Amino acid sequence: MKVYLKVWRQRHARDAGRFVDYTVDGINPDMSFLEMLDVLNNRLISQGEDPIAFDHDCREGICGTCGLYINGRPHGPVARATTCQVHMRHFKDGETIVIEPWRADAFPVIKDLVVDRSAFDRIIQAGGFVSVNTGQAPDGNAIPIPKEDASKAFDAATCIGCGACVAACKNASAMLFVAAKVAHLARLPQGRIEARERVLNMLTQMEEEGFGGCTNTGACEAECPKAISLENIALLNREFIKAKCAL
Amino acid sequence: MELKPQHGLLKSLVAKKILMALTGLFLCLFLVAHLSGNLQLLIPGYNGRLQFNSYAVFMTQFPLIKIISYVLYLSIIIHVLDALVLTIRNRRARTVDYAVKSGYGSTFASRNMGILGTLILIFLVLHLANFWYKYKFGEMPYMVSPEGYFVSQKGEAIAGAVLRDGHLWVNGVDKGPAMKDLYEVVRLAFSQLWIVAIYVLSMIPLGYHLAHGFQSGFQTLGLRFGRAFSLIRTAGLLFAIIIPLGFAIIPLIFYFFPEKLN
Ligand code: HEM
Ligand code: SF4
Ligand code: FES
Repeated sequence: MKVYLKVWRQRHARDAGRFVDYTVDGINPDMSFLEMLDVLNNRLISQGEDPIAFDHDCREGICGTCGLYINGRPHGPVARATTCQVHMRHFKDGETIVIEPWRADAFPVIKDLVVDRSAFDRIIQAGGFVSVNTGQAPDGNAIPIPKEDASKAFDAATCIGCGACVAACKNASAMLFVAAKVAHLARLPQGRIEARERVLNMLTQMEEEGFGGCTNTGACEAECPKAISLENIALLNREFIKAKCAL
Repeated sequence: MELKPQHGLLKSLVAKKILMALTGLFLCLFLVAHLSGNLQLLIPGYNGRLQFNSYAVFMTQFPLIKIISYVLYLSIIIHVLDALVLTIRNRRARTVDYAVKSGYGSTFASRNMGILGTLILIFLVLHLANFWYKYKFGEMPYMVSPEGYFVSQKGEAIAGAVLRDGHLWVNGVDKGPAMKDLYEVVRLAFSQLWIVAIYVLSMIPLGYHLAHGFQSGFQTLGLRFGRAFSLIRTAGLLFAIIIPLGFAIIPLIFYFFPEKLN
């Protein structure tokens, strides 16, 4: 396979940046998207050029580190997949592929396609935890939790913090991420104790980081590799109302 | 866990969005009331004219309705200002935009609520200038019964009454205020094609605004519980079709089938 790439290149945070065209030939359709970029980078390195910087770690869809905005969609054309789980067979031979970094003022570009997502870390630090020691695995079984709550908490807990929701949202809102974290803990007795502080702290931090607000477009849910549901945002809103009414 | 210092309630994005939802859903309720009132325009003959004009009197004079109408004006103002503040704030969250966008996973309406709302606002201003302002402050025709008598606000045709300063007088005795003929203003307006066109076309952005807004309002208020939400979604789509269609049909009938109203 052969593809034509338009890749966002930006030397550093304050560089203006621009698109650079590359042609990559001899691609195996079963290569992952990141492996295709590895092939290109090897060539760039051997030519003495600066390789394209992009984030990746596990390359098995579980860490949330990778994240490229491919042809107008975070994590590319495959539903429920992180960028590392997208393969070249999902593209046409001879296709032009535009690759951009996540765009959000709260996620400033560090270099090329790498953005600084530490805003998410600070949101977690603001309240995405429980302060008490919840014990070992057997202690978990000592508190019965309705199946429905447990399943929904688990679903919310699958958020890998990749930021595709922010990248997809027209408001660069982090509501789906915050909602996943709040809902995960709000549905469990261990999380109820600090539910009020958590939701207020995390939302305040989200706003301070410069993310936008939610307008319920649903783009985040559609693009989330872990299918985190908008239901969690409704729950987040309920938690917010409860927290504000408790004063 | 310590509670971080909180900004004022109205600085919170979620609080602002909740205000948006409350005012928006209140406006949805208003649309239902307004449409049911307006459909009286389609009752044929003198009875229809009398009923509609009496309804207009009721709507401007009954104290409770007056209070509700002030809540309504306030809701519109809050909804619009809040929309402006939120839209600007949300734009600022991404000052460098993508070169390629797909809009995947979101509807046209959801991505363009601000523009749709602005179109509704423009219509609203025209509409209020057209009927509401005229009714309250402008030159109005007065209701005349088939026998050619002026009609009081209670709906009684008063034989031999003359009109002075908006009141009916018989032999120098004030018989109370005369009924304004809003129906006639509507009829005249809807006999002009361009006005009919504006009224009908403006229902399209309203439909799209509601198609997203109705269900979005419930989601914003956290009113989303399992399967019930798909009912809300369906109800929202029906609402977004039926309400604008109901409004649009009135100018269309006035323009194309005026004989049906005689
Ligand atoms: C009859 C008039 C109107 C009705 C019934 C209405 C209804 C609604 C509803 C139900 C919502 C959803 C609230 C939420 O998601 O929380 C909404 C949102 C919104 N409305 Fe309206 N609205 C009307 C007029 C307007 C006007 C005149 C404007 C602007 C100038 C406007 C701009 C907006 C915006 C920007 C949103 C937020 C959309 C979003 O979050 O994506 N609306 N409206
Ligand atoms: S909610 Fe989904 S898209 Fe957003 S950070 Fe979590 S896994 Fe990624
Ligand atoms: S590299 Fe870990 S999810 Fe893609």
